[in-house]
Amino acid sequence: MEKRVTFNERWLPYLLVGPQIVITLVFFFWPSGQAIYQSVLLEDAFGGNTKFVFLDNFIHLFNDPGYYHSARLTVVFSFLVAAVGLAASLLLAVMADRIIRGATAYKTFLVWPYAVAPAVAGVLWGFLFNPSVGIIAWMLQGIGIEFNYVINGNQALLLVVIAAVWNQISYNFLFFLAGLQSIPKSLIEAAAIDGAGPGRRFWDIVFPLLSPTGFFLLVVNIIYAFFGTFGVVDSLTKGGPAKATEILVFKVYNDGFRGQDLGGSSAQSVILMLVVVLLTVVQFRFIERRVHY
Amino acid sequence: MVENRPFLTILSHVVVLIGVAIIAFPVWMTFVASTHSQQTMLQSPIPIWPGPHLIENYAKVLTDGYGRVGSTPVMMTLTNSLIMALGVALGKIAISIISAFAIVYFRFPGRMYFFWAIFVTLMLPVEVRIVPTYGVVASLGMLDSYSGLIIPLIASATATFLFRQFFLSVPDELTEAARVDGASPMRFFWDILLPMSRTSIAAMFVIQFIYGWNQYLWPLLITTKESYYTVVMTVSRQANVVDSVPSWNLLMAMAMLAMLPPVLVVVFMQRQFVRGLVETEK
Repeated sequence: MEKRVTFNERWLPYLLVGPQIVITLVFFFWPSGQAIYQSVLLEDAFGGNTKFVFLDNFIHLFNDPGYYHSARLTVVFSFLVAAVGLAASLLLAVMADRIIRGATAYKTFLVWPYAVAPAVAGVLWGFLFNPSVGIIAWMLQGIGIEFNYVINGNQALLLVVIAAVWNQISYNFLFFLAGLQSIPKSLIEAAAIDGAGPGRRFWDIVFPLLSPTGFFLLVVNIIYAFFGTFGVVDSLTKGGPAKATEILVFKVYNDGFRGQDLGGSSAQSVILMLVVVLLTVVQFRFIERRVHY
Repeated sequence: MVENRPFLTILSHVVVLIGVAIIAFPVWMTFVASTHSQQTMLQSPIPIWPGPHLIENYAKVLTDGYGRVGSTPVMMTLTNSLIMALGVALGKIAISIISAFAIVYFRFPGRMYFFWAIFVTLMLPVEVRIVPTYGVVASLGMLDSYSGLIIPLIASATATFLFRQFFLSVPDELTEAARVDGASPMRFFWDILLPMSRTSIAAMFVIQFIYGWNQYLWPLLITTKESYYTVVMTVSRQANVVDSVPSWNLLMAMAMLAMLPPVLVVVFMQRQFVRGLVETEK
């Protein structure tokens, strides 16, 4: 879309886009270029010598079982975050959509977790499940389950998933609710007149009409699980125990800053960039389709 | 609803209430923990109702911090977080609204290149290119400064797109009328476009304020001086310090203070928040 009426100025528009372009060049293109450049270099531990190694960093990465472990873990993790998060928020949205009295109050109580920082969310859930004082850990012990996320890898992963879902649930809820409210009431009424019960109406009418929203949220949640959960992981488990929660975005940071492996970390950055670009393209293509509805 | 089904209505209320309870539970326990003494919080099971030490705990973390030698008073980290959140929100809005204005209302050579240059930033979250971005900021000498905390985070396209979208929906007649009356482009921007954008600006502000406040990795990397620590990073950092006798009460009071400002913004500006959330995704 373009404007028909525009202004004619020679220098003014450059002045206006200037600040954003300068910041984008310095803090976006320069570091992104650096990442790509460093991904083909090998730097020794003292940062003195660098040599060009072409794709060695990538080859090294693809031969590293640790990287595969982390990649597989990230896929499992984002699948769990997306599946649990979407299911829970859909249930809440469908139920909240039925409620007329007190709907605004419920909504207020469901939207605020979005405002809690992922790192703080990690601290809260870590406290609830803390092996020595956590109230949920204590209750689980009461029914005979030993929950110690500090030493048990699967439990640590479960806890990270719970905290990540909790943090994202308001977002999913709001979009599902908006999607539900945009479904024409006449369709539901027509089905009711034809004798379809609430369950039937949900699966045959509401659910298919909600699928565009669901698909959009699926992509958003996968992007979130890939990149937005760094704070949760870092404040809960630091990738441990024994790398059981070391998702890719955490590994980039860990290898780059703690391990001082700049080349390897940059190669991972480049791969992650490709993943985001891919996901974003999927998301945009889908949104374009949605406009035609 | 289409038909009256009392059972389903009750079920809806029950399900949503359970959902609300589960979602609120971690914050409730955090609040409870922040109102007890250190001793009480060391024996399991911990209490689930508030205790008498609320004012004492909060006063302590606000002025002394976690209470060990060299820990930062939360008053200071809260101020830093506020500066950072406001800087990110206002900075993003300021640079995006003028660049959107340029891209929509002017025809100039290179316009589409600028547009795409801004567009691609949508794709890469700062976490992905964190190591080289740190390198750039370090070589510019911006470590341990507010500008280092703020400026690298305002290079993002979401706000530009929101404003572009909005400007495209503004009727051309207004621009024509302004031009006939001899208004300069900037005059048109200040007197017509900016007042009309109020709601979009408010929506953007809420989203970006939360984004800025909740930053974690970035402040963690580029600050080494305590006087620049933000509240979110100190909470997480403190939670991972292994103490011989942990002060859960103080840690949880800090966590409450770290959550309160953005949660209040969302609750009191809920309309703008929902609007901002939905519109930035378009």
